[in-house]
Amino acid sequence: MISWRRFIVIAAFVAAIGAVVLLNAGGTASGGSASETIHLTEVAHASGIDFVHQSPTLDPKVNHIAAHIGALGACVSVADVNNDGWPDLYFTTSRFGAANALYLNQKDGTFRDVATEAGVAAVNRPGEGVSMGAVWGDYDNDGFEDLLVYKWGYPQLFHNLGNGHFEDVTAQSGLRTWMNSNGAVWLDFDRDGLLDLYITGYFRSDIDFWHLKTTRIMQSSWDFASNGGKNLLFKNMGNGHFKDVTDSLGVGSTRWTLAAASADFNDDGWPDLYLANDYGPEELYLNHEGKRFELARAGLEDDSKSGMAVALGDVYNRGEHDVFVTNISEKGFLFQGNNLRLNFLKQLGRFDEVATGVVADAGWAWGAQFGDLNNDGLLDLVVANGFISADSGRDYWYAMSKIAGAQGNIFEDAKNWPPIGSASLSGYERSRVLLNRGQAGFDDVAQEAGVTDLLDGRAVVMADLFNRGLLDVVIANEKGRALLYRNTLPLSRRERGSGGEGWVELKLVGTRSNRSAIGAEVTAEIGPGRQRQVVDGGSGFCSQNDRRLHFGLGAQRLGSVTIQWPSGTTQVLEGLKVDEVHEVKEPR
Amino acid sequence: MTTTPAQSPALRSPSPEGRGGQGVRTVDPKYLIVFLITLVLVVGEARYHILGGYQRLATTLGICLATEALLSWWLRGRVANLASAYITGISLALLIKPQANILWPFALGAFIAIASKYVLTYRGRHLWNPSNFAIALLVLIAADSVAILSHQWGNDLGTNLVIWAFGLVIAWRARVLHVTLVYVACFIFFAVLRHFIVGGPLFAELAPITGPMYQLFVFFMVTDPRTTVSTRRGRMIVVAIVALVETLIRLAGDYQLGLLRPFYVSPPILALALVGPVAMWWDLRRKAAA
Repeated sequence: MISWRRFIVIAAFVAAIGAVVLLNAGGTASGGSASETIHLTEVAHASGIDFVHQSPTLDPKVNHIAAHIGALGACVSVADVNNDGWPDLYFTTSRFGAANALYLNQKDGTFRDVATEAGVAAVNRPGEGVSMGAVWGDYDNDGFEDLLVYKWGYPQLFHNLGNGHFEDVTAQSGLRTWMNSNGAVWLDFDRDGLLDLYITGYFRSDIDFWHLKTTRIMQSSWDFASNGGKNLLFKNMGNGHFKDVTDSLGVGSTRWTLAAASADFNDDGWPDLYLANDYGPEELYLNHEGKRFELARAGLEDDSKSGMAVALGDVYNRGEHDVFVTNISEKGFLFQGNNLRLNFLKQLGRFDEVATGVVADAGWAWGAQFGDLNNDGLLDLVVANGFISADSGRDYWYAMSKIAGAQGNIFEDAKNWPPIGSASLSGYERSRVLLNRGQAGFDDVAQEAGVTDLLDGRAVVMADLFNRGLLDVVIANEKGRALLYRNTLPLSRRERGSGGEGWVELKLVGTRSNRSAIGAEVTAEIGPGRQRQVVDGGSGFCSQNDRRLHFGLGAQRLGSVTIQWPSGTTQVLEGLKVDEVHEVKEPR
Repeated sequence: MTTTPAQSPALRSPSPEGRGGQGVRTVDPKYLIVFLITLVLVVGEARYHILGGYQRLATTLGICLATEALLSWWLRGRVANLASAYITGISLALLIKPQANILWPFALGAFIAIASKYVLTYRGRHLWNPSNFAIALLVLIAADSVAILSHQWGNDLGTNLVIWAFGLVIAWRARVLHVTLVYVACFIFFAVLRHFIVGGPLFAELAPITGPMYQLFVFFMVTDPRTTVSTRRGRMIVVAIVALVETLIRLAGDYQLGLLRPFYVSPPILALALVGPVAMWWDLRRKAAA
């Protein structure tokens, strides 16, 4: 006979188990209630983009996990290469002999690959390495965007001659240093008007993946590794030459950096560096007047994950650069969760991590970018996901879990890794389109928005590719075709005007600052809020958004727009006409 | 994870003349285990921020202690020694790694762990190690929200050597060293066996036992005297069976048996959750019959 006291305890016990079931089910439900407000249509092939990424072939010594090591390099970056006012696209591939692509915007909804005639196609060569991404920046201020291709190998700098051709100026630039890099950003760290370059190292720079001297090449820890490649900061000396100033500036992290972004996070007028590190905590290097960087204690050091991308966005229109860093989640095995860090550096000296639900758990997440996809005045978020999609009936997660908890000196040696064979690893994951609902959080509306691909996404960029006042989305996929999601927000809604999907775009041209205006900070008053954006010198994962800044307005009034130029000049624009692209030249 | 060791014949405080403490007045073994789990917590947090937030520790520890105190008083008329709840609370804080910043797995896991001692009983003894039960349950029914500690431990040899050194000494003092050593020996034996069955690097099969989850498993969970059989020989057999079942789960992982996927996210913990209560039930039944 059960006593009533014991009965109560049993009832509470059963209720607790029931609560676990309910809360678990509730935690995985996605929002998806906002299907009307974002519409994307995949049009890559119809637009003339048939780019397919190829992964690198590596030394046979690591054949058993080559699918894991080499699952990188599908990248995309945006720039108006020929100054015609229409954004162009550069894609990288990663196999010897395969060609990168430069798609020139034909202004009619299509693109044409001109990489071969431009001289930026054949960069994947034995002895030189393979592409892992590219960033655009006018390093010599001649009015044409130049191209830096970072590699597992020697990075290459291409000078845009302005006539549709590029010249490889790597040799005289001082940048010919072998690196195994997966990221780079242009920034003017000393505000001298010349773009400097920060190239991140992933694997150690003494590793040549085609002539391995050792298999001891992997991370020494899954969460506190610092045996990665060294990040390098190159100062632009102004004569086409760059000087390695890494050590004197104190930014030579060896934490397996996969991505970096630069902005003035603490409002002191100097561009800082934010790093997403694999196998380690994120790092924020605060810039002290261009003389040195200091690794900040900003609440990042306690939280070690697998950072893949750094996306910058002012999530709640507070006039701050918040940071979204992608990480890994896999049911049962690992919940690192993506980080959405709200910037409270000025108030509290730290970032606050607030990611929950669909923001936190996107699978094995890679590239990500913020952008106002429905012109409602709030920045939405697109996240590319999925690592290795191979045999869907075989999963490498269990095999990897054997070594993930082991001593570092075991898995640091690639030969101790279980062979991956034909298995998938977080494969066939869908991209996420997260609609910003302000204080109500983000809803995952990918399915309803038309983003249904299951390719292994890596890089994401946003740009108003067709000059319509709408941000389109481009995703570069590993071992897959590139996707162009054309924003198809119904014209009827826009034309009606009642929906209030107004917008304004700014193309900044530096005069005292670098001509690309990279690092310029723009704050637009949108209704009661202030949305801040920075001209992008590289962000997300191996990607770079268009230099033009896009502000959706919703039904709200556009107030003043303040530009903080890298030179230090502050410019305030009043009464900007909405639904237009404005070219703004820096006052001399 | 060890539960109320002081009540166990196997762990009764050794007398000055007793084995392992000849001529020396010794500390009650349960407090040595409390010390060891605290050491793991402090080292892990100081070096690797293993907790992921103090609110997690506060939640599990607070709920474990409160539940133990309340239920022992409510059902047995006296507040039990809280050492066991302390160990369970810390173990759960270390082992549960949930999605994002959710706290409910810690809160509900802590309550379920302690309550299981009062609900899932046979002949007055609870059948599952409380934290083993809670974690196995969470992994099986809340896999969308909960994973288990796998690698957030720095993968650092020096730290692990310290834990192993203290752990072995304390296991010896607590008279459960035979359990730990038999498990380790069986794990190694089966790892070699799996290496020959599955192929692949031997180190990949041996690697798991060098990780943090196994430290907690071999020193706190599998050795729990309250949830294992009464004889020394029996305990060694049981722990060998746990290792065997773990290997079967691991082979299921290697051969990708989809039905068992929920198990191979954490083979040792689920093997113990399967084997432990059956062995306990059988032992209690056998003793009652005798």
